[in-house]
Order: sequence, then C-alpha cells, then structure tokens
Amino acid sequence: MSPSPTPRAPQRKTRTDGFPKGMGDSPRYRMRKILDRLFQIVSALAAIVVISPLLLIFVFLLSSGGSSLTWDFLTQLPKPVGETGGGMANAVVGSCILVAVATAIGAPIGVLGGVCLCEYGGPRLRAAIRFTADVLNAVPSIIWGIVVYSWVVLRMKTFSGLAGGLALSFIMIPLILRTTEDVVRLVPPAYREAGLALGIRRSQVILHIVLATARRGVVTGVLLAAARVAGETAPLLFTAFGNRVWASRLDEPMAALPLQIFAYAISPYPDWHRQAWAGALVLLALVFLMNAVVRILSKGKTR
Amino acid sequence: MSRSLPDPEGSAPASSRETDPQKIPAAFQIEELRVAFGSRPVLHGISLEIPARQVTGIIGPSGCGKSTFLRTLNRMHEFTPGVRIQGRVRLFGEDIYDPKVDPILLRRRVGMVFQKSNPFPTMSIQENVLVGLRLAGIRNRSLLEERLEEALRMAALWNEVKDRLHAPGTELSGGQQQRLCIARALAVRPEVLLMDEPCSALDPIATAQIESLIRDLREHYSIVLVTHNLQEAGRTADFTAFFLEGKLIEFESTKKLFTNPHQKQTEDYLTGRYG
Ligand SMILES: Nc1ncnc2c1ncn2[C@@H]1O[C@H](COP(=O)(O)OP(=O)(O)OP(=O)(O)O)[C@@H](O)[C@H]1O
Ligand SMILES: [Mg+2]
Repeated sequence: MSPSPTPRAPQRKTRTDGFPKGMGDSPRYRMRKILDRLFQIVSALAAIVVISPLLLIFVFLLSSGGSSLTWDFLTQLPKPVGETGGGMANAVVGSCILVAVATAIGAPIGVLGGVCLCEYGGPRLRAAIRFTADVLNAVPSIIWGIVVYSWVVLRMKTFSGLAGGLALSFIMIPLILRTTEDVVRLVPPAYREAGLALGIRRSQVILHIVLATARRGVVTGVLLAAARVAGETAPLLFTAFGNRVWASRLDEPMAALPLQIFAYAISPYPDWHRQAWAGALVLLALVFLMNAVVRILSKGKTR
Repeated sequence: MSRSLPDPEGSAPASSRETDPQKIPAAFQIEELRVAFGSRPVLHGISLEIPARQVTGIIGPSGCGKSTFLRTLNRMHEFTPGVRIQGRVRLFGEDIYDPKVDPILLRRRVGMVFQKSNPFPTMSIQENVLVGLRLAGIRNRSLLEERLEEALRMAALWNEVKDRLHAPGTELSGGQQQRLCIARALAVRPEVLLMDEPCSALDPIATAQIESLIRDLREHYSIVLVTHNLQEAGRTADFTAFFLEGKLIEFESTKKLFTNPHQKQTEDYLTGRYG
C-alpha cells in the first residue's frame, strides 16, 4: 500500500507499536470489530441453548401443573383414591425433614472430613481420599438406597424417615467433603502461620481461623449438596418409602415429594397426574430457592 | 527461668546503650544451629547470642537463610515436612527444643510479625488483637479490654482506631494493618518479638512509623528484625548480624559493622558487591 496523498494520510499511518493512529477507521480494525461482534452473537446463542431447557421445563410444569397448585395442595393431605382434591402437604414437609436429617448427619462429617483431610493429611492420603470421594460421587444413588435398606431398614424392620435421611446423607458426604477441601485449601497459609505464631493450638487455628475464613464457601457447598439430594427419588424408594399421612416420628415411613410425584405420575388417574406436575413445580421451586440462597451468600461481602 | 517481662529498670538502660553484645544478658543463646530441608542444608552451624531488650538486625542476600533462622526461634518449622534441626537454642537459659517444652507456650513468649500484614479477614480490629488471648481461654472482660488498649497503644495504633474497634481489620491501610499485626502479637505479652521484613511491603511513611515503633518497643522487648534494607538496619538495629549462604559472617554493634566491618565479605555486601 502506498501512502495516499490526502490530508489525513499521516493519521492513517500505523505507528511503530502496531496500533493504528486513527480511532477505528483502518480496515483491519473494522475487520476485528466485525469478528468481535460475531463472537458476541455466537456466545449469546450458546447461552440461549443452555438456558432454554430450564425455561422450557418451567413453562411446561406451569402449564401442566399450575392449575393444581392451589393453597389446598400445599396444606392438605392426599385424598383416598377416587376422591378429587387433596394435596401433598405431608410430602413437602417430609422432604424438608429428610433433607434436614441428611444435612444434620452429612454436613458435620463432610465438613470435618474435608478440613482434616486438608490440614492434617499428607499429599498421598489426600489424593487417595479425593479419588475415593470422586468415585463415591459417581455411585448411582439407588445403590445408597440398597445399602441403607440392608443395613438399617432390615434391622429396624421398618421403613423410616431416618433411613431415608441416612441414604441422602451418604450422597451428601463426598460432595461436601470435596467442596470443603477445595475452599479450605484456598485459605492462604499466612493465616495459619499467624495463628500458630500467636501460640494458638492447631485445632483452634483450624476451627476459629481457617474454617472461619472459608465459612462462606463451606456453607455454599453444604447448601448445594442439600439442593442436590432434595430431588433424589431412588435412594428413598426403599428407605423412607413414602406415606400418605403426616409423619410424626423419624422411625416411621415418611412421605417425600419425589416419591409422591413418582407414585402419582405412574397412577392411572388424570387428577393425580395433574398433582404430580404440581408437585414437580414445588420441588423445582424449592431447589431454585436453595440455589438462590447460595447465590446471595456467595455474592455477599467477601474479604 | 522467669516468665515475667524483663524489668524495665534492668541492666541495659536505653540511654547509654551498650555496644559490646557480650556484655548484655542474652535473650537467645544459639549454639551450632544447623537446619536442613530434606537433604539440603540451609543453615550451617550458627552460633550467636541475641541480647535482651535490644533490636538485633539480621541482614544478608536473598536466600541466605534469614527467615529460616528466625523461624527456628519460635519453632515454626514444626509443620514443615522433612525439616531437620540440630544444635541448641536457649531462651533466657531454657532449651526451647527440649521435649518437655510446649511449643504453644513458647510461641506465646516469642511473638512473630510477618512480611505481609495478615490480619484475620473475618475478624474486627478488636477481635484481631484479642484472638490470641481469647483462644488461650481468657474470658475476663476487663482484662481483655485492658490488654486491647495496651497492645494498640504500644503498636501506636490506638488513636487511629479507637473509634472503630469493631470495623474489619482488613479495612485499615497497609501500614495500619501491619501495626495491627504487631498489636496482635503484643497482646499476649511476649518477651521477644521476631519480625521478618515487616516494612518491605510498605511505603516510606508507614515504614518510618513502624521503625520508630520498633525503637520504642525495645524498652520492653527483645526484638529480632530481619531486613533486606541496609538503611533500615542502620536506622533501627542496635546490633546487626550478617548472614551469607547459611553462615553467620559477622555480628557486631550496628555502628561498628557498618563503619568498620572486620570481614571482607561483610564489606563487600555493604558496598553492594552481592545481590
Ligand atoms: N520449607 C522449605 N522447604 C525447602 N526449602 C526451603 C524451605 N524454606 C526455605 N527453603 C530454602 O532455604 C533457603 C533459605 O531460605 P530463607 O527463606 O531462609 O531465605 P531468606 O534469607 O529469608 O531470603 P529472603 O531474603 O529472600 O527472604 C532458600 O534456598 C530456600 O529455598
Ligand atoms: Mg525471608
């Protein structure tokens, strides 16, 4: 290209550092701008592809079950076969209890396990346990149902909410262990050293300084694990089993939303089908809610 | 041996500073100290007496083992895998590597301040200062309040933070954070303060504040100050030890070391012929 004799020619010349001197009037710059725009469009399309299933599910659930999602549905017990109306209140409460039991068992074990692994374990042990946890995370959830069935249900001679909670906690433990280990490892060593140098015992340093620094991440991990197991059906099939009345005790069969949805969905009654859709909507809303809390927590004021 | 603070009216009044390290009672007596990480020796037999209630500077090129040396004085190597420590370190006469010595109690007597200020991010200013006492099991409110003010005043921070004791410690400026870390170390009333390049991340004004603070603190504490900065050693330290490749080359009063070094290597370092 020969320099053009127009008065603006000196401006168009590229400088030695490779940047065009004018503000975006060189052909190369324009080309790059087009590429940039193209990239934005492709990214947006990809985002739409990812988000649309979620929206579709939501719309579908709303149209199929929205009409059955009444105040009665949330406050009434299921009606006997043949009668219309009734709700899944016991299943909503049951699910909350099951997740609470599972968290009460799984969170302390998972968090302490993750912290101890990170703080005390040698690199070999750490790698071994991380690998084990990853394998456990990949175990199909129905296996945990069978394990708890043979360990607990057969021995107690009854299906129970406790057994259901235990089965769910087995799923939570490796999840929580991994997230805890990850966030605890991110705590800078400088805080541990500062604590130790003050003459604080190591266990206290870990509990009051390391874990305190990582607490937001730990809580996030626990909540995500809880959200994950809230929708589990398979491990509850032969542990919590389901129930058509209010659960009064942990050693009795307990209703759970996924179980109730399953039972209603495979029933021959159109009214129950609609209720199953409504139940699915409630379950999805619960999981959404937990994820929203996670978002708020992890967005909140960090260090 | 005594656990109390050295008496301020003791044998080395600040006004007439002694220049011969042999004539001052020793805080640390270090004999033939060797440290190796795995099979790699880092300190090759250091023998040194660190005088009580003086500022002892440690200078030397990067990687010569200053930090390693400092961390043997409060047994911070305990958690480093594969570290081997030989020789003897005595604190006011007591062998700190004796199996009967609890490293936790030792570290309450030997405080430490690090290069990068590191106030605990989840704690307020007040909590940061008091955490050492709290986690040592001290609950007495009035005692804690008293120590809080004492430590912050000693660290020359009280006037700047007294109205916002409950603000997060990480909200302070870099120099204030470092003084907060000094207050945190002072709150447990140690006898010795180890400082590993406490000013190297600070601007000149904050550095000057901390240096003048260190000079004030030597009335009550024995201070070991590792520094990269020769002017800082010159301004702050009463005695200076020069380390090179894991050996102690020379230990003298700062004035003598800087004006009239005995060793060729010291002179070369001071005149800038080493990194
Ligand atoms: N935990 C460790 N494991 C293995 N080697 C180490 C460890 N800590 C220090 N070293 C080695 O010991 C030597 C001395 O390190 P040290 O940190 O004491 O040097 P320094 O004099 O403080 O240097 P600087 O002025 O850069 O801080 C270095 O060669 C370093 O690589
Ligand atoms: Mg160092």
